[in-house]
Amino acid sequence: MPSRLQGVIATSIVALLVTAGCSAGSGTSNPPEQEAKELTVGLIAEPASLDFTRNDGAAIPQALLLNVYEGLVKLDANGKIVPLLAKGYTVSDDRRTYTFTLREGAKFSNDAPFTAEDAAFSINRVKTDWTVSLKAGMDVVDTAVATNPTTLQVTLKQPSNSWLFRMTTRIGAMFSRTGINDLATKPIGTGPYTMKSWKRGDVMTLAANPDYWGTKPPTETVSLKYFKDPTAMNNALLTGSIDVVSSVQAPDSLGQFKDTSKFQIIEGTTNGEVVMSFNDGKAPFTDKRVRQAICYAIDRQAVIDTAWAGHGELIGSMVPPTDPWYEDLSKLYPYDPEKAKTLLAQAGTPKLTLRFRIPNLPYAVAAAQVVKSQLADVGITAQIDVLEFPARWLSEVFTNADYDMSMIAHVEPRDIASWANPKYYWRYDNKQVQKLLAEADSGTEEEQVAKTKQAARILAEDAAADWLFLFPNLIAAKVGVKGLPKNVISEAFDLTAVSKS
Amino acid sequence: MVLRLLKRTAVFVASIAAATIVVFAFMAVLPGDPAEVALGVNATPEAVAALRAEFGTDRPPVVQYLDWVGSLVTGDFGISYVTRDLIGPQVVDRLLVTLWLVVTSMVLAVLIAVPVGTVMAVRHRGLSGLALSALSQLGIAVPAFLAGILAVAFFAVRLGWLPSGGWTPPNQDPVSFVQHLILPAAALGIAQAAVLARYVRTAVLDVLREDYLRTARAKGLTPYRALLRHGLRNAAIPVSTVLGLQLATLLVGAIVVERVFVIPGLGSLLLDGVANRDLLLVQGVVMVLVVAVLLVNYLVDVLYTALDPRLRTS
Repeated sequence: MPSRLQGVIATSIVALLVTAGCSAGSGTSNPPEQEAKELTVGLIAEPASLDFTRNDGAAIPQALLLNVYEGLVKLDANGKIVPLLAKGYTVSDDRRTYTFTLREGAKFSNDAPFTAEDAAFSINRVKTDWTVSLKAGMDVVDTAVATNPTTLQVTLKQPSNSWLFRMTTRIGAMFSRTGINDLATKPIGTGPYTMKSWKRGDVMTLAANPDYWGTKPPTETVSLKYFKDPTAMNNALLTGSIDVVSSVQAPDSLGQFKDTSKFQIIEGTTNGEVVMSFNDGKAPFTDKRVRQAICYAIDRQAVIDTAWAGHGELIGSMVPPTDPWYEDLSKLYPYDPEKAKTLLAQAGTPKLTLRFRIPNLPYAVAAAQVVKSQLADVGITAQIDVLEFPARWLSEVFTNADYDMSMIAHVEPRDIASWANPKYYWRYDNKQVQKLLAEADSGTEEEQVAKTKQAARILAEDAAADWLFLFPNLIAAKVGVKGLPKNVISEAFDLTAVSKS
Repeated sequence: MVLRLLKRTAVFVASIAAATIVVFAFMAVLPGDPAEVALGVNATPEAVAALRAEFGTDRPPVVQYLDWVGSLVTGDFGISYVTRDLIGPQVVDRLLVTLWLVVTSMVLAVLIAVPVGTVMAVRHRGLSGLALSALSQLGIAVPAFLAGILAVAFFAVRLGWLPSGGWTPPNQDPVSFVQHLILPAAALGIAQAAVLARYVRTAVLDVLREDYLRTARAKGLTPYRALLRHGLRNAAIPVSTVLGLQLATLLVGAIVVERVFVIPGLGSLLLDGVANRDLLLVQGVVMVLVVAVLLVNYLVDVLYTALDPRLRTS
C-alpha cells in the first residue's frame, strides 16, 4: 500500500513536468526569413503613468517620445538638432525669434490635423498645465503664436540655445488640442506608433500608425516588456520570450550572449556620466589641491573594470562624446599616487577621513570599493555609507548636501549646465564657469560650442569632481534585429527603424 | 461556543486596529520624502513643497493617520502619489494575480504534504520514511527564491520547457497561464510542502497512538484504512492551524518569487511602492496582507471549533 501511494506521487510529478515540457517546447520554432511583424523589447523601470506632463522620470519619454509623440525638432544620431514636425526654422538676428515652417499632412492619432495652432497650444500649455520640474525649460518663452496654419513664431525673453535643445525633449512634444483628456492612459501624438494597450506592471504595446505622415516603421507591433530584475530580463532573451535587452544592467552577464549565431551585442555611448562628486562648498574640498590629489589617486580604468566589467569610456569632464563640444579630457589627471600624496601634504591634510555616501546601486557599490582602497593607499580613509536609492540618497545627499563624497550617474542630456548652479548638491560656485555657460546659451552656435568647451575644460582642470567614466549603451539582441539605436543621445528609445527578420 | 467566537472576533478586530498604527508608524519613520522622489533631481524646493501640500504629507502625523484610517473604514485606499490613480483597484488587480500563485502553491503543498507526511509517519522506522524525512529537510533548507532561480536556470534557460517568467491572465490564454504558473507555484509550493509534511507526520503519529485507532485496527482495518476512516480528520486539526500560519510565509515568499519570475502581483506592487516612497500605496498593500493573514487565522480558529467537538461545549 505505501509503495502504491509513493508511486502515485512520483507519477503525478513526472506527468506534470512532461506535459509542461510538451506544451511549452513548441514555442521555440525557427524564425521565418521575411521581416517579422512583432518585436518585443525588454526594459528596466516601468512608467508610473503615460502622462509626462504630470509625471517625472525617464521611463515615459523613453517609451513615447519619437515613437508616439513628436516634436518640431529632434536630435539625429550624431546629436545634431534637425527638423521633425517642422520642415525648417529660421532664427532672427537678435536670436530671440524662431520661425518654424510646419509639415503639411501630419495628423494626430485622433484624426485631428496637426497645425500651428496645436504647436502654439502645446508650447503654451507647458507653462500652465505641466507640473513636472522640467517645465522650467519653457520659462524663457515669451510668446508662441500661430501666424498661419503652417507657421509658428516663438519669441524668447532672451536668446537661449538650450531652449531649442529642450524642444527635442519631452517638453517639446506636440499635443492635439482635442486629445489631452486622458493623457495618463491614452496618449495622442503624431508619431509612427500609437498606444495599443498597457498592462501595468508588465507590458506596453505600440502599434504602427497606418496614417503616419512619414516613413512607416518596419515592424507592426512593438511590445515593451518591463522587468525589475536584470537577470530575469536576460533569461527572457535567452529563452526567446523577448527579442532585445534594451540595456544590459550587469555587463558581467554579457558572456551568456556570446553565441553569435543567436545573439548580437551592440555597444555605444550614453549621456550617463558617473560622477564622483565632492562637496565643493566645504572643507577639505574648498582646497583645490585636495580635489586634485583625489583625482590623481584614482585609477579610473580599474574602476570601470570592477564596476562595469571594463565597458564604458573615460571622459574627464561633464561632456559625453556625442555632444558638439566634446574634447578628450580624460588624461588630465593620470593615475599617480605619489603626486597625490605630495599634494595632500602641501594642503596640510596628509591624513583625511571622508564620508563617502553612495546610493545602493550596483555600479556605485562596486566602484566605491575600488575607490576606497585606492584612497587608502594615499592616506585617505573613505567611510562608505550606502544609502537607499532614490529616497534616502535624494533626501540626504542631493537635497541636504550632507556628505563629503558621493557617486552617481548623471544621465540627463547636456547636464553640464548644472555646474552653473551654486545651489546644486556639489555646491560648486565658480563665476567664470557660470559666465561661460550663460554666454554659451545666448550666443551663436559657434559661440555655444566654443564657450561650453571652455567651461568643461575649466571644470576638469579645477578638479570640481572626479569623472570616473561614461556608461556604455549595451544592447543584447537576437541576431536579425536591425535598426536599434547605438548611442543614447536623447530621452527617447527610438523604435521607428527597428525590425526583425 | 458563542462566547468563544465573540472573543475571537474581538481579538480579530483589535488586531487590525493595532496593525493600522504599526503600519502607519513604520511608514512615518521611513527616511525619504515622497514628494522629492516623485519630482526627481530637477525639482525646485518650491515644487517639492507644493507637492507635499498636495499629498498632504506636510500635515501633522496624527492628522494624516486619522485621515487615512477614516478613509480605510469606508474602503477608500486613497490615491497613489506616483500614478495618481486610485489605489484600491490597483491592489485588487494585483491581489488576484498573487492569489492565483498563493492558492496554487498551497494546493500543491497540501497535495504533496498529506500523502508524503502520512507515509513518513506510518513508515517512520522504515527506509522510505527516513528518505522522505531527509528530502523534506532539504526542502525546508532551500528558500523559495533560490528554488525559483534554480528552476528558471534549469527548466527555462537550459531545457526551454517553460517560460522563464512573465504572466498571462487565465481568461486571456489558459494554456499560457498554466505554463507561466507552474515554475513559480512549484518554487513556492515545494518548500511549503516540505514544512507541512513534517507537521502532517507528527499529527499522524499522534493519531496513530490514539486508542480509537488501535480499536479500529483490532477490528481488522489496515493502518491506512484506519487512518482514512477515523484518523485523518483528527490529524487535520493541528495541520489546518499550521496551514493558516503558513499563509503568512507564503505571502512573503510570493513577494520574492514574483520578482524572480516577473509576475505583476501584489509583491511587485509593494516593492515598487517602497522604492518610490508611495506611502499610501504601501500602507494599503500592507494592510491588505495583514488583514488576509489575520482573517485566515481567525477562520482557522473558527474551523478548529467546528472540527473539534471538545471545543464546542467548553
